[in-house]
Amino acid sequence: MVTTKVRLCGVEMKNPVIPASGTFGYGYEFAALYDINILGSLSFKGTTLEPRFGNPTPRIAECPAGLLNAVGLQNPGVEQVIAEELPKLKSCFSGPVMANVSGFSVEDYRATVARLDAEEEIAWFEVNISCPNVHGGGMSFGTDPKAAAAVTAAVRAVTRKPVIMKLTPNVADIAEIAKACAGAGADGLSLINTLLGMRIDLRTGKPVLANKMGGFSGPAVFPVALRMVYQVYEAVDLPIVGMGGVSSAEDVIEMMLAGATAVEVGAANLRDPFAAKKIVELLPAAMEKYGITDLNKIIGGAH
Amino acid sequence: MKQGIYTILRQEPIAEKVFRMVLEGDTSAITAPGQFVNILLEGKYLRRPISICDWNDRELTLIYKVVGGGTEQMSRMQPGACLDLLVGLGNGYRTEGCGARPLLIGGGVGVPPLYGLCKKLISEGKKPRVILGFNSAQEVFLMEEFAALGAAVAVTTADGSVGLKGFVTDAMKGMDYDYFYTCGPEGMFRAIEKIAVTSGQFSFEERMGCGFGACMGCSCKTKYGYKRICKEGPVLEREEIIW
Repeated sequence: MVTTKVRLCGVEMKNPVIPASGTFGYGYEFAALYDINILGSLSFKGTTLEPRFGNPTPRIAECPAGLLNAVGLQNPGVEQVIAEELPKLKSCFSGPVMANVSGFSVEDYRATVARLDAEEEIAWFEVNISCPNVHGGGMSFGTDPKAAAAVTAAVRAVTRKPVIMKLTPNVADIAEIAKACAGAGADGLSLINTLLGMRIDLRTGKPVLANKMGGFSGPAVFPVALRMVYQVYEAVDLPIVGMGGVSSAEDVIEMMLAGATAVEVGAANLRDPFAAKKIVELLPAAMEKYGITDLNKIIGGAH
Repeated sequence: MKQGIYTILRQEPIAEKVFRMVLEGDTSAITAPGQFVNILLEGKYLRRPISICDWNDRELTLIYKVVGGGTEQMSRMQPGACLDLLVGLGNGYRTEGCGARPLLIGGGVGVPPLYGLCKKLISEGKKPRVILGFNSAQEVFLMEEFAALGAAVAVTTADGSVGLKGFVTDAMKGMDYDYFYTCGPEGMFRAIEKIAVTSGQFSFEERMGCGFGACMGCSCKTKYGYKRICKEGPVLEREEIIW
């Protein structure tokens, strides 16, 4: 008998598996395919203060073992998310929800979190300071320790729920950003967001993506993500949500050994809509295979 | 939408770089002509969306053109091989209340989904006319199959090697119809939009991430808000399209 239960910032989850923001909508599309209550949580589509269409198409380009996306935070805005998306999510998911929020100014982040704070199904805020696909916001907060700290402190001031800062890998020293967030009151960190990448269409000689560059995700980035989770675990004493190319129950275990308390599954959901379900179902057998009875005991075990 | 493993029953080339693949498996998720499947291929991360040409209760037919590595890989697959498909994606063409004498206009590899549509329209007692546009004789396909359904078929080729020399819009002029359906390249859509005299439906193509509405990779703006080509599309009504 194994236990897959973990606690993330004081909130119990039946397992550490969380579909990553931007790959799972607001959950209900997937609830039509399987009972999503088997999931530990889900991180909903990145939500901003105002509605956003995002970038022009093409927004997607394939790569070996992954994909580039330049969606650009398309979402209906916080008011419509509260009025329409969250009730639909609540009707099909009774577990703790991770609210992913993004913004273009410190005030945007503060106001969006403040507006969502009363929604009781939200257990954590995942604050995206790492979107590579928007201009004048997103990643620019996640590449500068001072800006990252400013967003963390502003959000921290308007909610009592755990604040998890989502970090970008597109920096020279991710530990420095992690420390800045920790110092400003973050309760946890999630990493990695996508790696900035590009593809060029040989027929046209021009970039495939209308936005030219996009975020690279998928199994190809897993070793990079794992390395960064390992580094951040050494640098700060905060729980980590590990992600980046996670595609199997074995990947979940590996991420946890590197230092993750919970693990997000992103690109895999787009390739196989049942990916997160399969990972949850195969996790106990993978644990048994490696002699693991309690996942909590392996967190950071590789250090 | 359903995910399943489908077995290739037959595969054959039917025109230059164009293949017909017949698969066996569960087709119960298909609700309308114009829907598509999303195909997982060995060594490719993202699935390949291909429109459904025809289906019955245990077989589905795909007609596709080799345009890149993924479709090239598909074209080399043999009968008996299995494919992982997501089936019954997208909205498909709406036929109720859409005219008794519809015109179906297909351009190149946009022709296949119109075949399933034509079959459905005829089964509803309508009298569809069909215009198929290609570049040249080597690219022409499905002409006899549409005729065998009982539809009046006109073919145009850009070089005049088969049928009328010119474009589908040349064949449209003077034609009597009370509604239209089309699938093909966007340049053709724009030409049709200029001269069409009735309401109609256009089936769009876009690079997709997931194909089932999760990633927002294929969104477009319409007069009635943002739509996902894979979910609220690929078929859009003429009246809602922003050109």
